[in-house]
Amino acid sequence: MNIEQLLFALFALATCGGAISVVICQNVVRMAFSLIICLASVSALFFLLSADFVGATQLMVYVGGTIVLLIFGVMLTSSSTLLQIRTSPAEGFLAAGIGVLFLSVFSFTVWSVDWDRNEAKLAGVTAVEGVAPQGYNEASSGNTVRPLAMSFVGLRPDKAGKAPGYLLPFEIVSVHLLVVLVGAAYLARTKRRVSAES
Amino acid sequence: MDAIGLNYVLAIGAVLFVCGVICMTTKRNGIGVLMGVELVLNGANLNFVAFARYSSMGLDGHVISLFVIVLAAAEAAVALAIALNFYNNHLTIDVDRGDELRG
Repeated sequence: MNIEQLLFALFALATCGGAISVVICQNVVRMAFSLIICLASVSALFFLLSADFVGATQLMVYVGGTIVLLIFGVMLTSSSTLLQIRTSPAEGFLAAGIGVLFLSVFSFTVWSVDWDRNEAKLAGVTAVEGVAPQGYNEASSGNTVRPLAMSFVGLRPDKAGKAPGYLLPFEIVSVHLLVVLVGAAYLARTKRRVSAES
Repeated sequence: MDAIGLNYVLAIGAVLFVCGVICMTTKRNGIGVLMGVELVLNGANLNFVAFARYSSMGLDGHVISLFVIVLAAAEAAVALAIALNFYNNHLTIDVDRGDELRG
């Protein structure tokens, strides 16, 4: 067992444990803390999968932004008596059963697919001319910041410019984010009650 | 193939997805439902990055997971605004109380 497998096992355990603890905990603040552990471990898994920029973005946007937003939501919406809203035990058992069934379906599906043969077939169909179909990317690949930035402005250095870039989706998602944030500020602003005015 | 293997990463993604779905369906706290949505999106992200690593897809998986992260941030902002409005109107965050539109 080398260091990569050891780290992967560690962060996989932390991810699954955090996710399960989010489900089990009834206290919202503890759920938020478990979610922090879970999302940080997912970003560590991204680093292990040689996706350095996505891992850094996950740390900054999710753990630094979205979780803080959720914690502010917890602070703004919970008076102390309502902090714990319990689900009934019957619902919990039902959900656990359905979850185990769901998980077994997914695991069975994942383990019954022959990914290597699938990949060979896919590489034959989607091969770009002039670029050798590369099966699994080598472990030392990484350093994805510059190719990602180039693909966001419409160039594709990893496919020798033969594949479409992501300029239009990038613009769309930028405008979408702007509109959504303006809309969220509009929704969340304090309104005057109608009854108070009249 | 190297040390980790695609199946294990996909299994972790499945665990995240199932935990998120259970969280969304059983939590009565609105913020808890939001946390379930985040878990589901992270499971999908993990699958995208795993396929970018273990297939010839190259950068596409990374780009799509970045889009998912951005959309998740937008979704969290809007959903939190809705939760605040819900709290202002009902003085609780229990989603079972929001049943005015029931027929």
